[in-house]
Amino acid sequence: MKSAVIVFPGSNCDRDVAVSLERTTGHAPLMHWHGDSALPEDLDLIVIPGGFSYGDYLRCGAMAARAAVMPAVRRAADRSVAVLGICNGFQVLCETGLLPGALMRNRDLRFLCKDVYLRVETTDTIFTSHYGPGQVIRIPIAHHDGNYVADLPTQCMLEDEDRVVFRYCDAGGKTTDEANPNGSLDNIAGILSEERNVLGLMPHPERLADPRLGGTDGQPLFASLLEALS
Amino acid sequence: MKARVHVTLKPGVLDPQGKAIAHALQALGFDGVNEARQGKVIELDLADDVAGDPEAVRARVDDMCRKLLANTVIETYRIDLDA
Repeated sequence: MKSAVIVFPGSNCDRDVAVSLERTTGHAPLMHWHGDSALPEDLDLIVIPGGFSYGDYLRCGAMAARAAVMPAVRRAADRSVAVLGICNGFQVLCETGLLPGALMRNRDLRFLCKDVYLRVETTDTIFTSHYGPGQVIRIPIAHHDGNYVADLPTQCMLEDEDRVVFRYCDAGGKTTDEANPNGSLDNIAGILSEERNVLGLMPHPERLADPRLGGTDGQPLFASLLEALS
Repeated sequence: MKARVHVTLKPGVLDPQGKAIAHALQALGFDGVNEARQGKVIELDLADDVAGDPEAVRARVDDMCRKLLANTVIETYRIDLDA
Protein backbone atom coordinates (compact mmCIF):
# COMPACT_ATOMS: atom_id res chain seq x y z
CA MET A 1 0.00 0.00 0.00
CA LYS A 2 1.58 3.23 -1.19
CA SER A 3 0.36 6.42 0.43
CA ALA A 4 1.04 10.14 0.30
CA VAL A 5 0.26 12.91 2.77
CA ILE A 6 -0.27 16.35 1.21
CA VAL A 7 1.44 19.07 3.25
CA PHE A 8 0.17 22.66 3.11
CA PRO A 9 1.52 25.70 4.92
CA GLY A 10 -0.32 25.41 8.24
CA SER A 11 -0.89 21.64 8.19
CA ASN A 12 -0.18 20.35 11.70
CA CYS A 13 -1.43 16.77 11.76
CA ASP A 14 0.60 15.61 8.75
CA ARG A 15 3.26 13.91 10.88
CA ASP A 16 0.69 12.32 13.22
CA VAL A 17 -1.07 10.64 10.33
CA ALA A 18 2.29 9.67 8.80
CA VAL A 19 3.19 7.87 12.05
CA SER A 20 -0.15 6.05 12.09
CA LEU A 21 0.28 5.00 8.45
CA GLU A 22 3.83 3.83 8.94
CA ARG A 23 2.95 1.83 12.05
CA THR A 24 0.07 0.17 10.21
CA THR A 25 1.62 -0.45 6.81
CA GLY A 26 5.30 -0.68 7.65
CA HIS A 27 6.03 2.00 5.05
CA ALA A 28 6.46 5.70 5.58
CA PRO A 29 4.12 7.71 3.34
CA LEU A 30 5.39 10.18 0.81
CA MET A 31 5.16 13.69 2.27
CA HIS A 32 4.07 15.74 -0.74
CA TRP A 33 4.36 19.54 -0.75
CA HIS A 34 1.20 21.27 -2.03
CA GLY A 35 3.06 23.37 -4.60
CA ASP A 36 4.21 20.30 -6.54
CA SER A 37 1.45 19.63 -9.06
CA ALA A 38 2.69 16.15 -10.00
CA LEU A 39 1.66 13.23 -7.79
CA PRO A 40 3.03 9.72 -8.36
CA GLU A 41 0.63 7.68 -10.51
CA ASP A 42 0.88 4.51 -8.40
CA LEU A 43 -0.54 5.81 -5.11
CA ASP A 44 -3.18 3.76 -3.29
CA LEU A 45 -4.06 6.41 -0.72
CA ILE A 46 -3.85 10.20 -0.50
CA VAL A 47 -4.33 11.88 2.89
CA ILE A 48 -5.28 15.54 3.30
CA PRO A 49 -4.27 16.10 6.92
CA GLY A 50 -5.63 18.28 9.70
CA GLY A 51 -4.35 21.72 10.53
CA PHE A 52 -5.00 25.30 9.57
CA SER A 53 -3.88 25.47 5.95
CA TYR A 54 -3.23 29.05 4.87
CA GLY A 55 -4.34 30.27 8.31
CA ASP A 56 -7.98 29.48 7.41
CA TYR A 57 -7.94 32.60 5.21
CA LEU A 58 -11.14 33.37 3.28
CA ARG A 59 -12.82 30.11 4.42
CA CYS A 60 -11.36 27.01 6.08
CA GLY A 61 -9.80 24.93 3.33
CA ALA A 62 -10.61 27.43 0.57
CA MET A 63 -7.04 28.32 -0.35
CA ALA A 64 -5.74 24.75 -0.02
CA ALA A 65 -8.53 23.55 -2.30
CA ARG A 66 -7.04 25.72 -5.07
CA ALA A 67 -3.41 24.63 -4.46
CA ALA A 68 -1.29 23.39 -7.36
CA VAL A 69 -1.50 19.74 -6.27
CA MET A 70 -5.29 19.61 -6.07
CA PRO A 71 -6.05 18.88 -9.74
CA ALA A 72 -3.84 15.80 -9.39
CA VAL A 73 -5.71 14.78 -6.22
CA ARG A 74 -9.00 15.16 -8.10
CA ARG A 75 -7.74 13.07 -11.03
CA ALA A 76 -6.55 10.39 -8.60
CA ALA A 77 -9.95 10.38 -6.86
CA ASP A 78 -11.59 10.00 -10.28
CA ARG A 79 -9.35 6.94 -10.85
CA SER A 80 -10.74 5.47 -7.58
CA VAL A 81 -7.59 6.13 -5.55
CA ALA A 82 -8.58 6.31 -1.86
CA VAL A 83 -8.61 9.85 -0.46
CA LEU A 84 -8.87 10.52 3.29
CA GLY A 85 -9.47 14.05 4.56
CA ILE A 86 -9.24 14.58 8.31
CA CYS A 87 -10.50 17.78 9.95
CA ASN A 88 -9.03 20.57 7.78
CA GLY A 89 -8.71 17.84 5.14
CA PHE A 90 -12.50 17.34 5.26
CA GLN A 91 -12.95 21.10 4.84
CA VAL A 92 -10.59 21.04 1.84
CA LEU A 93 -12.47 18.14 0.23
CA CYS A 94 -15.79 19.99 0.60
CA GLU A 95 -14.21 23.14 -0.87
CA THR A 96 -12.95 21.17 -3.88
CA GLY A 97 -16.37 19.64 -4.41
CA LEU A 98 -15.05 16.10 -3.98
CA LEU A 99 -17.51 15.84 -1.08
CA PRO A 100 -20.90 17.58 -0.86
CA GLY A 101 -21.89 20.18 1.73
CA ALA A 102 -19.77 22.58 3.75
CA LEU A 103 -18.32 23.02 7.23
CA MET A 104 -19.31 26.14 9.11
CA ARG A 105 -18.39 27.77 12.43
CA ASN A 106 -19.30 25.57 15.44
CA ARG A 107 -22.79 26.16 16.79
CA ASP A 108 -21.57 27.73 20.05
CA LEU A 109 -18.69 29.58 18.30
CA ARG A 110 -16.04 27.88 20.48
CA PHE A 111 -12.96 26.01 19.36
CA LEU A 112 -13.55 22.46 20.58
CA CYS A 113 -10.70 20.21 21.68
CA LYS A 114 -11.91 17.06 23.40
CA ASP A 115 -12.72 13.40 22.92
CA VAL A 116 -16.15 12.60 21.51
CA TYR A 117 -18.07 9.41 20.86
CA LEU A 118 -18.83 8.39 17.31
CA ARG A 119 -21.16 5.70 16.02
CA VAL A 120 -19.89 3.78 13.01
CA GLU A 121 -22.85 4.09 10.64
CA THR A 122 -21.55 1.87 7.87
CA THR A 123 -18.83 -0.74 7.65
CA ASP A 124 -19.34 -1.13 3.90
CA THR A 125 -16.31 1.05 3.17
CA ILE A 126 -12.60 0.59 2.66
CA PHE A 127 -12.13 2.89 5.68
CA THR A 128 -14.31 1.15 8.27
CA SER A 129 -14.42 -2.59 7.50
CA HIS A 130 -12.48 -3.33 10.70
CA TYR A 131 -15.14 -1.72 12.88
CA GLY A 132 -18.41 -3.38 13.85
CA PRO A 133 -21.75 -2.04 12.54
CA GLY A 134 -23.03 0.54 15.04
CA GLN A 135 -19.84 0.32 17.07
CA VAL A 136 -19.28 3.28 19.38
CA ILE A 137 -15.73 4.61 19.36
CA ARG A 138 -13.98 7.44 21.18
CA ILE A 139 -11.99 9.83 18.96
CA PRO A 140 -10.66 13.37 19.60
CA ILE A 141 -11.96 16.46 17.83
CA ALA A 142 -10.07 19.77 17.58
CA HIS A 143 -11.80 22.32 15.40
CA HIS A 144 -13.55 25.68 15.22
CA ASP A 145 -15.44 25.00 11.99
CA GLY A 146 -16.88 21.50 12.05
CA ASN A 147 -20.55 22.28 11.78
CA TYR A 148 -21.57 20.21 8.74
CA VAL A 149 -24.30 21.71 6.59
CA ALA A 150 -25.97 20.49 3.40
CA ASP A 151 -29.29 21.08 1.74
CA LEU A 152 -32.15 18.64 2.16
CA PRO A 153 -31.68 16.80 -1.16
CA THR A 154 -27.99 16.26 -0.29
CA GLN A 155 -28.88 15.04 3.19
CA CYS A 156 -31.41 12.57 1.76
CA MET A 157 -28.93 11.41 -0.87
CA LEU A 158 -26.22 10.76 1.75
CA GLU A 159 -28.70 8.80 3.84
CA ASP A 160 -30.19 6.83 0.94
CA GLU A 161 -26.78 5.92 -0.47
CA ASP A 162 -25.36 4.84 2.92
CA ARG A 163 -22.70 7.55 2.73
CA VAL A 164 -22.82 8.82 6.32
CA VAL A 165 -19.90 6.98 7.90
CA PHE A 166 -19.74 8.46 11.42
CA ARG A 167 -22.25 10.29 13.61
CA TYR A 168 -21.62 12.05 16.92
CA CYS A 169 -23.31 10.12 19.73
CA ASP A 170 -23.25 9.60 23.48
CA ALA A 171 -21.41 6.76 25.23
CA GLY A 172 -24.43 4.54 24.68
CA GLY A 173 -24.53 5.20 20.94
CA LYS A 174 -27.54 7.55 20.95
CA THR A 175 -27.20 10.42 18.45
CA THR A 176 -28.74 13.06 20.69
CA ASP A 177 -28.48 16.82 20.30
CA GLU A 178 -26.45 16.98 23.54
CA ALA A 179 -23.92 14.58 22.00
CA ASN A 180 -23.59 16.83 18.94
CA PRO A 181 -20.55 18.99 19.74
CA ASN A 182 -20.71 21.49 16.89
CA GLY A 183 -24.28 21.58 15.59
CA SER A 184 -23.65 19.38 12.56
CA LEU A 185 -26.68 18.47 10.51
CA ASP A 186 -28.10 15.15 11.71
CA ASN A 187 -24.99 14.64 13.97
CA ILE A 188 -22.91 13.94 10.84
CA ALA A 189 -19.17 13.61 11.58
CA GLY A 190 -17.95 11.94 8.39
CA ILE A 191 -19.19 11.24 4.86
CA LEU A 192 -18.21 9.36 1.73
CA SER A 193 -18.14 10.33 -1.93
CA GLU A 194 -20.55 8.70 -4.35
CA GLU A 195 -17.91 6.20 -5.44
CA ARG A 196 -17.11 5.51 -1.75
CA ASN A 197 -13.36 6.08 -2.23
CA VAL A 198 -13.23 9.56 -0.64
CA LEU A 199 -13.86 9.95 3.11
CA GLY A 200 -13.93 13.24 4.99
CA LEU A 201 -14.33 13.39 8.77
CA MET A 202 -13.83 16.05 11.41
CA PRO A 203 -12.55 13.78 14.25
CA HIS A 204 -8.91 12.71 14.34
CA PRO A 205 -8.46 8.90 14.23
CA GLU A 206 -4.68 9.35 13.95
CA ARG A 207 -4.62 10.91 17.43
CA LEU A 208 -5.91 7.75 19.12
CA ALA A 209 -4.14 4.99 17.27
CA ASP A 210 -1.51 4.09 19.85
CA PRO A 211 -2.05 2.82 23.42
CA ARG A 212 0.52 5.32 24.65
CA LEU A 213 -1.78 8.11 23.51
CA GLY A 214 -4.59 6.77 25.68
CA GLY A 215 -6.56 4.73 23.18
CA THR A 216 -6.59 2.81 19.93
CA ASP A 217 -10.09 3.43 18.60
CA GLY A 218 -8.62 5.15 15.54
CA GLN A 219 -6.41 2.22 14.60
CA PRO A 220 -9.06 0.07 12.84
CA LEU A 221 -9.49 2.83 10.23
CA PHE A 222 -5.87 2.43 9.17
CA ALA A 223 -6.10 -1.38 9.43
CA SER A 224 -9.17 -1.29 7.16
CA LEU A 225 -7.27 0.73 4.57
CA LEU A 226 -4.30 -1.61 4.73
CA GLU A 227 -6.49 -4.63 4.10
CA ALA A 228 -8.43 -2.96 1.28
CA LEU A 229 -5.47 -1.43 -0.52
CA SER A 230 -2.70 -4.04 -0.19
CA MET B 1 -11.66 50.11 -11.85
CA LYS B 2 -12.70 48.78 -8.45
CA ALA B 3 -15.02 45.88 -7.83
CA ARG B 4 -16.60 45.23 -4.47
CA VAL B 5 -17.85 41.73 -3.77
CA HIS B 6 -20.32 41.24 -0.92
CA VAL B 7 -20.43 37.63 0.27
CA THR B 8 -23.25 36.62 2.59
CA LEU B 9 -24.72 33.36 3.82
CA LYS B 10 -27.68 32.12 1.84
CA PRO B 11 -31.08 32.69 3.45
CA GLY B 12 -31.87 29.73 5.66
CA VAL B 13 -28.26 28.87 6.42
CA LEU B 14 -27.82 29.23 10.19
CA ASP B 15 -25.31 31.97 11.03
CA PRO B 16 -23.99 31.38 14.57
CA GLN B 17 -21.82 34.51 14.44
CA GLY B 18 -24.72 36.68 13.30
CA LYS B 19 -26.80 35.23 16.12
CA ALA B 20 -24.12 36.17 18.68
CA ILE B 21 -23.97 39.70 17.22
CA ALA B 22 -27.74 40.09 17.55
CA HIS B 23 -27.56 38.89 21.17
CA ALA B 24 -24.73 41.32 21.93
CA LEU B 25 -26.70 44.23 20.43
CA GLN B 26 -29.66 43.28 22.57
CA ALA B 27 -27.40 43.18 25.65
CA LEU B 28 -26.24 46.71 24.82
CA GLY B 29 -29.81 47.90 24.91
CA PHE B 30 -30.50 48.01 21.17
CA ASP B 31 -33.98 46.55 21.08
CA GLY B 32 -35.74 45.60 17.92
CA VAL B 33 -32.91 43.82 16.08
CA ASN B 34 -34.75 40.83 14.73
CA GLU B 35 -31.72 39.21 13.16
CA ALA B 36 -28.07 39.92 12.29
CA ARG B 37 -26.32 38.19 9.40
CA GLN B 38 -22.55 38.46 9.08
CA GLY B 39 -20.82 38.48 5.74
CA LYS B 40 -17.65 39.80 4.19
CA VAL B 41 -16.65 42.39 1.64
CA ILE B 42 -13.78 41.79 -0.78
CA GLU B 43 -12.47 44.81 -2.68
CA LEU B 44 -10.67 44.21 -5.95
CA ASP B 45 -8.54 46.83 -7.64
CA LEU B 46 -8.56 45.80 -11.29
CA ALA B 47 -5.75 46.67 -13.70
CA ASP B 48 -6.63 48.94 -16.60
CA ASP B 49 -6.18 46.18 -19.17
CA VAL B 50 -8.73 44.08 -17.25
CA ALA B 51 -11.19 46.89 -16.73
CA GLY B 52 -13.17 47.99 -19.75
CA ASP B 53 -16.60 46.97 -20.82
CA PRO B 54 -18.54 46.80 -17.51
CA GLU B 55 -20.42 43.70 -18.58
CA ALA B 56 -17.18 41.89 -19.39
CA VAL B 57 -15.70 42.98 -16.04
CA ARG B 58 -18.78 41.81 -14.22
CA ALA B 59 -18.62 38.44 -15.94
CA ARG B 60 -14.98 38.11 -15.00
CA VAL B 61 -15.59 38.98 -11.33
CA ASP B 62 -18.56 36.61 -11.32
CA ASP B 63 -16.19 33.87 -12.48
CA MET B 64 -13.82 34.78 -9.61
CA CYS B 65 -16.71 34.50 -7.15
CA ARG B 66 -17.73 31.07 -8.37
CA LYS B 67 -14.16 29.76 -8.47
CA LEU B 68 -12.87 31.16 -5.18
CA LEU B 69 -14.41 34.15 -3.46
CA ALA B 70 -17.71 32.52 -2.45
CA ASN B 71 -18.65 28.97 -1.54
CA THR B 72 -21.93 28.73 -3.39
CA VAL B 73 -22.99 25.73 -1.30
CA ILE B 74 -23.65 28.08 1.61
CA GLU B 75 -23.00 31.60 0.36
CA THR B 76 -24.43 34.06 -2.10
CA TYR B 77 -22.69 37.15 -3.49
CA ARG B 78 -23.33 40.54 -5.00
CA ILE B 79 -20.92 42.50 -7.20
CA ASP B 80 -20.67 46.31 -7.23
CA LEU B 81 -18.49 48.03 -9.83
CA ASP B 82 -16.98 51.51 -9.34
CA ALA B 83 -15.76 53.28 -12.43
